[in-house]
Amino acid sequence: MNKKSSLMSRLAGAPYIVWAALFIIVPLCMVAYYAFTDNTGAFTIQNITGLAKYTDTFLLSIWLGLVATVVCLVIAYPLAYIMAQKGPEKQSTMTMLIMLPMWMNFLLRTYSWMTILEDTGLINTVITSLGFEPLQLINTRGAVVLGMVYNFLPYMILPIYTVMLKTDHSLVEAAQDLGGNKLDVFRNVTIPLSVPGIVSGFTMVFVPSVSTFYISQKLGGTGTILIGDIIETQFQTANNFNLGASLSFVLMILIFVCLAVMNRFSDDDGGVIL
Amino acid sequence: MIKRLSSVIFALFIAFACMSPAVFAEGEKDYSHLKGTTLNVYNWGEYISDGQDGTVNVNKAFEEKYGITINYTNYESNENMYNKLKSGGANYDVIIPSDYMIAKLVEEEMLAELNFENIPNYKYILDKYKGLYYDPEEKYTVAYTVGMVGLIYNTTMVDGTPDSWGALWDEKYAGNILMFNNPRDAFGIAQLYLGQSINTNDISQWDDAIELLKKQNPLVSSYVMDEVFNKMERGDAALAPYYAGDFLTMHDVNPDLAFVYPKEGVNFFVDAMCVPKNAENKEAAELYINFMCDEEIAVANANYICYASPHSLVLQSDDYDLKGDPILYPADEDMPKTEMFQNLDYETQQYMTTLWNELKIEGNTNLDVYIGLSLTLVLVVAYLIYKFIKEKKREAYY
Repeated sequence: MNKKSSLMSRLAGAPYIVWAALFIIVPLCMVAYYAFTDNTGAFTIQNITGLAKYTDTFLLSIWLGLVATVVCLVIAYPLAYIMAQKGPEKQSTMTMLIMLPMWMNFLLRTYSWMTILEDTGLINTVITSLGFEPLQLINTRGAVVLGMVYNFLPYMILPIYTVMLKTDHSLVEAAQDLGGNKLDVFRNVTIPLSVPGIVSGFTMVFVPSVSTFYISQKLGGTGTILIGDIIETQFQTANNFNLGASLSFVLMILIFVCLAVMNRFSDDDGGVIL
Repeated sequence: MIKRLSSVIFALFIAFACMSPAVFAEGEKDYSHLKGTTLNVYNWGEYISDGQDGTVNVNKAFEEKYGITINYTNYESNENMYNKLKSGGANYDVIIPSDYMIAKLVEEEMLAELNFENIPNYKYILDKYKGLYYDPEEKYTVAYTVGMVGLIYNTTMVDGTPDSWGALWDEKYAGNILMFNNPRDAFGIAQLYLGQSINTNDISQWDDAIELLKKQNPLVSSYVMDEVFNKMERGDAALAPYYAGDFLTMHDVNPDLAFVYPKEGVNFFVDAMCVPKNAENKEAAELYINFMCDEEIAVANANYICYASPHSLVLQSDDYDLKGDPILYPADEDMPKTEMFQNLDYETQQYMTTLWNELKIEGNTNLDVYIGLSLTLVLVVAYLIYKFIKEKKREAYY
C-alpha cells in the first residue's frame, strides 16, 4: 500500500519534474554556459569581470526594486489585514477587484500609464486647465516605481491576505484574554504570524521589479535605464548573448543574496519557502 | 454508391481539366501544386496594406488567389530580425530587411538566390533601385520601399525651420527631444552632424560620435522607435528624427507637425524582399514577392505605408494618393545629400554596441541610490544584530 502510494505520488510529480528540467534547469545551464564563454565558445571569465561598469545600473535596479517593494508592502499590509477581517462575501468581491487589473495585459497597463503621465497626458491636461504649470511626471524614477507598484501590487496583497486568513483566530483571542490591548495583539501576534506572507510577497514583487525592462523603457526615459534594459538590448539588437547572459547571471546571484538576507527576517524555525 | 462517387470525382476532374487552361491563360505559370501549403512572411510592423478602412488586405487577397496560407509575423528592427533568423529557431520564407542588413545576410550566405522566372513583375522596379551595392548582380532582392530619414518637428514648439541636425543638440528643446532607439540610426545622425561618413571603420570617429551623443543624452526625453508616433502626434515632444514616410502618417493626425531634410545630409535606405536560404516554401515565396509587385497591390501598399515606392507603375498610377509628394519624391534641386548604410565590419559593430551601452547607462546619476542603499544596508545589519543579541539573551535566560 505504502509502496503503491509513493509510486503514485512520484507519477503525479513527474509532469512538473519534466517541466522543471526542460524549462528551468536547462535554460539556467545555458545562461551559465553563455556567461562563461566568448563568441567562439571558448571558456572565459572576461564577461563577468567586464561588468564593473554596470555597477551603477545594478545598484539603481536594486534600489528601485526595493523602493517599489516597500511601497507595495505599505499599501498591501493594511489592505490585506482589513480584507481578512471582512465577511466571506466581501472578501471574494475584494479579491476579485484586486485581480481585475491582471485580466488585462501587463504591457497594455504600462502603456496606458504613459498616456496618463505624458506632458500632454491626462493628469497634465487637468492641471493646466486649472491654470497650473504642467508637471514633469513621465521619464522620472517616480514614474518607474509607480509602474512597478501598480503592476506588482496584487502579488504582495494576495500572499499576505492568504496567510492572515489562515491564522488561527484563537491565538488572537488568547492574547486578548491575557490582557493584551489591540496594539499589543497586533504587534505580538498578528505581525509575527504574517511574516511568511510578507516574505513571499516581498519575493514576488522584488524579483520582477529588479529585472523589469518594459516599465523602465516606457516610463523611465533616458535617466532610468535598468539592468533589464541592458540585458534586453544584448539579445534583441546587439546580438551579444555572452554579455547578456553574464549580466543575467550576476543579476540572479544578486537577487539570491537579497532574498537570503530577507529570509533572515523570518523566524528561525523557518518554514518559509523562497 | 462508390461507383456514383467516383463518377462524380471523374466529372469534377474533367471539369477542372477543361477549366485550368482558361484559368492560366494569361501566360502565368501553373502554381496549383502550391495550394494548401503555408508561407511564412516576416515583415516590419505596419508595413503592409491590411484591409483597414476599405483598403486591400494584401495577405488575404494572396491567400484567396493562390490557396496558400500565410503565416504573417512582425519584427521591430533589422537586428531583431537577424537574431531570430540566426538563432535558427524559426523558419521564414519571405523577409524584408534593409540594405545594410541584406549586405550582412549575403555576406554570411543566409539568402537564397531568387528564380526571377517566378517574379515577372520585377521589370516594374525602377532601374535605379536594382543592382545596388548589397546585391550588385541582382540575385537576391526585389526592392519593396525606399526612403530617407529626416527631422520631424512640431511647429508650435520650434521656431523657424530646424534645417540642421544641430537642432537636436539645442538646449532650448531640452526634454522635448526624441532620439532613435537603435544604435545605427542614432550614431548615423551624430556622424552626419560631425560631417563623417556613417560607414566609417575608424574607431576615433566613433569616439567623437559617442561624445556628441553623450552630450545630447541629458536633453533627450527618451529613445524611441515606433512610440514616436504617439508622442509626436500628441505633441509630447518638439523634435524627433524619423523616416519620411512615417511623418506623413503623423501629419494626418497632427497638422502642426512639419518635416525637413537637414542640410548636413541624411540616410537613404532601401527595404527589399528576400528569401532566406533555409526557406521551406521558396517557390511560394517568389510568387508572393511577385504578387507584391502587382500594380494594384503595390499601389495599395504604397498608399498604406506612405514610404516612397520603387515601383514604376505606382508612381504613375492615379490611384496613388501620394503621387509626386514633395517630401517622398523631392525634385532634384531639393534632394538632400544622402548616404546609404553599409554593413560594418565585425569589430566596428561590436565597438558600436559597446558605446551604445555606455550611452544608455550614462544618465544614471546615483547619489540618492548610494545613500538609499547604504541606509537600507545599515538598517538590515542593525536589525540582524539586534535580533542576534535578543536571542542570546533569551538563551541565557532559560
